[in-house]
Amino acid sequence: MTTLTAPNDLDIRSARPDQLVAGATGDWEIIVGMEVHAQVSAQSKLFSGASAAYGGAPNAHVSLIDAGMPGMLPVLNRFCVEQAVRTGLGLGAKINLWSRFDRKNYFYPDLPQGYQISQFAHPIVGEGVLNVDCDSGETIPVRIERIHLEQDAGKSIHDLDPHATYVDLNRSGCALMEIVSKPDIRSSEEAANYFKTLRALVRYLGTCDGNMDEGSMRADVNVSVRKPGTPFGTRCEIKNVNSTRYVALAVDYEARRQIEILEDGGTITQETRLFDVKTGKTRSMRSKEDAHDYRYFPDPDLLPLQLDQAWVDAIKASLPELPDAKKQRFRAEYGLSAYDAAVLVADKDSADFFEAAAKGRDAKLVNSWMTVELFGWLNKHDKSLADSPVTAERLGELVDLISNGTINGKIAKEVFPRMIETGDAPLVIVEREGLKQETDTGLIEQTVDALIAANPDKVEEARLKPKALGWWVGQLMKATGGKASPAVINEVIKAKLGL
Amino acid sequence: MAVDANTVRRVARLARIHEPEERLEALAGELNTILGWIDMLNEVDIDGVEPMTSAVETTLPLREDVISDGDQAAAIVANAPASADGFFVVPKVVE
Repeated sequence: MTTLTAPNDLDIRSARPDQLVAGATGDWEIIVGMEVHAQVSAQSKLFSGASAAYGGAPNAHVSLIDAGMPGMLPVLNRFCVEQAVRTGLGLGAKINLWSRFDRKNYFYPDLPQGYQISQFAHPIVGEGVLNVDCDSGETIPVRIERIHLEQDAGKSIHDLDPHATYVDLNRSGCALMEIVSKPDIRSSEEAANYFKTLRALVRYLGTCDGNMDEGSMRADVNVSVRKPGTPFGTRCEIKNVNSTRYVALAVDYEARRQIEILEDGGTITQETRLFDVKTGKTRSMRSKEDAHDYRYFPDPDLLPLQLDQAWVDAIKASLPELPDAKKQRFRAEYGLSAYDAAVLVADKDSADFFEAAAKGRDAKLVNSWMTVELFGWLNKHDKSLADSPVTAERLGELVDLISNGTINGKIAKEVFPRMIETGDAPLVIVEREGLKQETDTGLIEQTVDALIAANPDKVEEARLKPKALGWWVGQLMKATGGKASPAVINEVIKAKLGL
Repeated sequence: MAVDANTVRRVARLARIHEPEERLEALAGELNTILGWIDMLNEVDIDGVEPMTSAVETTLPLREDVISDGDQAAAIVANAPASADGFFVVPKVVE
């Protein structure tokens, strides 16, 4: 909830022609800025010692501070401060050594204090940038305005009783990092990729678990539309969008809604809207006109937060390799294409899996087995890499068997499903099921002799077209149960036919 | 800065304080007196003076990230006018 000013500094990108949305009166450009709430992966809350774990019995993870009891005083969690700084450093952002907590005042049943402790005027992290790989292959820089620390609210449950709302404060007081972008995003696809890239970054940094099902990452998406070359239009804020796909759907729906209103001669009212995942539509949240008068003021219970530059430097020195750097290294070290490297580093688990399997092996072959066969199976069964029945070590062993000629690629595709079923080492499966490649030329030579004797027409054909040996290879594969080595087959055929 | 009855009505509503209509004028007068004192304070030249954030020279204490509190749902809802199954129960809030 940040007021953005100085339009000239803000308006620095133009959409590509193919990103424009066609309307009845011409093309429209979509403008998006996002505020992402990422829950800090802490054990306890931002200002109390109650558990920050997801779920739990109603009001079990609540201290008297989180319940807003009179006389209770907040004490700041050092780990949460460190994670905000880490996230800022990961975005190459300015770390503010002096920041301050403010009270944001509003009344709602799940906010027992009557205010949220947030950072309004002096956030802990200032301007940075996130480079986002887009589907077009283009990498766009999305500027970060700020990151501040704040408390989460509790949870209101409206469907347990037709006449009452139930309130659970377990989430109340959990630490959130609000990561605010500048309005540099120009399409639903860019918005979705920004959210995905930011999630990957916080997971690399370990500052947020990125678990969208548990609400660890939620986006408020600000959308407006304009005719290209004109100033920004009035924006609407779509609250609490909790998946990459919904971000894209919400932006598309909201842009179309605004375009229809404007083309009918109407005007856009700046308002907060909700995205309904069932209908794919956004709708207005009914709110009083003064609902956004938050009357911020410095929280008198908390002194300003002052950081040592040496402490910040130590955090910086402890940062892991980040996605951008890893992508460059994967290209240089393993010879991967920009696309393949981007797919692998998009998720820390896949990057780690790949590296464990590819070390000292044919990295491109590992990449292809991992992204085509393994990811294909995982996607089909709606599983993540963490649940993979095939470990990185086993996948690497399979590639070894192909590389050293023990089996060919075709047999490997039979071995792979058996690895998924049994979890056994590929060599064990190959030996148990007698799948070793036939490199004994004796059997192959005998088969070729028999084929030559029985098929003089094919012999003639092969002599005319020595490059078209598909029929011969097929016959030999059939005769050897698919276990013949393609290299050996070709050699024997050519020798026997005198090609 | 002077406040009028309308401002008082609005601030009272934001703070969820019920003030009868006939009290608003009187309250506006009281608030204006307080704001007058603030205006007097504002006359003091504080150029180059750091804002005082604490009466004693001290820094913000920080705590380690350990779970040391919670598991007291009964105590948490003990004073609530209504509760059920460990939840606070409040009048229906419709979004």
